Amino acid sequence: MKIHEYQAKELFQKYDVPIPRGRVAFSPEEALSRAQELGSFPVVIKAQIHAGGRGKGGGVKLARSAQEVRELAEQIIGMNLVTHQTGPAGRIVKKVLVEQGLEIEKELYLSLVADRATAKIVVMASQAGGMDIEEVAASSPEKIIKVFINPLQGIQAYHCRQAAYGLALSPALIKPFTAMLKSLYRLFVDYDCSLVEINPLVLTADQAVIALDAKINFDDNALFRHSDVVAYRDLDEEDPLEIEASKYNLNYINLDGNVGNMVNGAGLAMATMDLIKLAGAEPANFLDVGGGASAEMVENGFRIILSDPNVKGILINIFGGILRCDVLAEGVVQAARKTGINVPVVVRMEGTNIDEGRRILAESGLDLITAVDLKDAAQKVAQIVGA
Amino acid sequence: MSIFVDQNTRVVVQGITGREGQFHTRQCLAYGTRIVAGVTPGKGGQKMDDVPVFNTVGAAVAETGANCSLIFVPPPFAADAIMEAADAGIAVVVTITEGIPVLDMMKVMNYLQGKFLRLIGPNCPGIITPGEAKIGIMPGPIHLPGGPVGVVSRSGTLTYEVVHQLTQRGIGQSTCLGIGGDPIIGTSFIDCLEAFEKDPATRGVVMVGEIGGSAEEEAAEFVASQMSIPVVGFISGLTAPPGRRMGHAGAIISGGSGTAGAKIEAMKAAGIHVCENLGSLGELCAEVFK
Repeated sequence: MKIHEYQAKELFQKYDVPIPRGRVAFSPEEALSRAQELGSFPVVIKAQIHAGGRGKGGGVKLARSAQEVRELAEQIIGMNLVTHQTGPAGRIVKKVLVEQGLEIEKELYLSLVADRATAKIVVMASQAGGMDIEEVAASSPEKIIKVFINPLQGIQAYHCRQAAYGLALSPALIKPFTAMLKSLYRLFVDYDCSLVEINPLVLTADQAVIALDAKINFDDNALFRHSDVVAYRDLDEEDPLEIEASKYNLNYINLDGNVGNMVNGAGLAMATMDLIKLAGAEPANFLDVGGGASAEMVENGFRIILSDPNVKGILINIFGGILRCDVLAEGVVQAARKTGINVPVVVRMEGTNIDEGRRILAESGLDLITAVDLKDAAQKVAQIVGA
Repeated sequence: MSIFVDQNTRVVVQGITGREGQFHTRQCLAYGTRIVAGVTPGKGGQKMDDVPVFNTVGAAVAETGANCSLIFVPPPFAADAIMEAADAGIAVVVTITEGIPVLDMMKVMNYLQGKFLRLIGPNCPGIITPGEAKIGIMPGPIHLPGGPVGVVSRSGTLTYEVVHQLTQRGIGQSTCLGIGGDPIIGTSFIDCLEAFEKDPATRGVVMVGEIGGSAEEEAAEFVASQMSIPVVGFISGLTAPPGRRMGHAGAIISGGSGTAGAKIEAMKAAGIHVCENLGSLGELCAEVFK
């Protein structure tokens, strides 16, 4: 789960990680009063959306006067911000963070990440701050320092020294940097983060280390023990159909194509999307109804696919294991009766209770197209949408 | 022959009295798996059908000689269950549970360092040696006993699809296992490939990967340098958008790494027979493993 920069900075503050003074604002008027609270200019106005690259997209501006604050806030709030992470559709900005401007001497990069290969928490630091760290990693990996921490051991002072000396910090900065890194580690572990990233981490003219930016991602699997994080969820940042699907515990992702598909199991769902593409069409979604789906879940999944206006044909691909074919068939029939099917549906079923499943579909009187195997299914649905 | 489990494997089911635990224990018993014990704290002394239930894994091992554990414990308590099995001297721990916090699994993996224990999963369908033992949630009847092909996969239902296509063409399986869709898992592709290479009954392997991480690339290197038997490979997620978690917690393309394209290239370069279209996997296997 992702949160906004201003929310991440609230957590930083709770853990005594130094941040610039500032507050979030939802309107130009509010932005102005936030700037006045700060008491001096310049201030920085930063668009709050769940995507990186905001500066390049025109979502981060420096204001030198009250007049400029109002003008820039008016410009940014309500703008459609397009960055390399939002995709071409962009994201409407609904709030801005108004912060004091700092006199920056140097920009660094610092992050903590859960490393899947080593099962360690890795601290990544670089003197190439403010840049796209993925580009740095690709072009000059030697500029990134990595310190691996065993979560059973926890962070030690020497871990912090490794990072600090790697960043060539002056002696006066080592102590505050160490304190900050230890706090970030505590935050990471306390909140089951998957990423805590500060880019840039700045050294100011008056010799302070400050988190100018803040990004935190959380492990979705651990949200059950962090109700305060769940409260940070911003539905404005999510696709309406995905919000609807999440109510029923369905794994649904909305995509740009026109072939809806419903599959049990994430791997098979991805492979089914790939098959649709190979047959010359484009998938409209990813939908994994899960291994143990009930007829109700299947029905809700079907309804959500049908409510996407781009969908011109649907492919149902189920390999009955725990989810039996008769249960799936029951769900499809229920959904069809309640919502009505307005596009052609190709069904491919295999596995547990296949005969019972076929019988239910055949006797339902629904106009369904059956496929003998995967290839056949993908070709049939691609033909329907005219690919 | 087979890898990791066979007809002599003695299984204890952790979480045996839960809905899933009960259902799948019965399915495994029906397949012929030797399930000798169950564990549910507070229900020691009871029975689940004919299987004795214990309060602790230690007691179950002492009484029944169980050497393999099958875990259905819910996510908040699953890490604890794995470590309990490890401390009780269990040799193979199969964890079906989906949704264990990553930090919990990181601690488990570091705790298991240096211990002689094979953890399979979590978030996996389990392992089956067809005709001998089914320790997991896969449908038994789709498998064809006797080898000669081993199947290893990060997925569940996609594995069933692969096995089904093999069986339909009369190609039997030595052992099939899902290693799990989570970012942190106990058994890697390489662990399985190494075991299959050593297993006299396995004369070829189907390896099913997906987007996210670099396990397939590492496995490809292993295949190129260490394996003599042929390997067929498949990767799902060519059409997956970057930055989105595709169901499995581990299936996510981040920062341009973990893409299906890169994995397919690495596998091809390693001499793996890559199947581009899942619909033709059976055909390709019939050709490669003939």
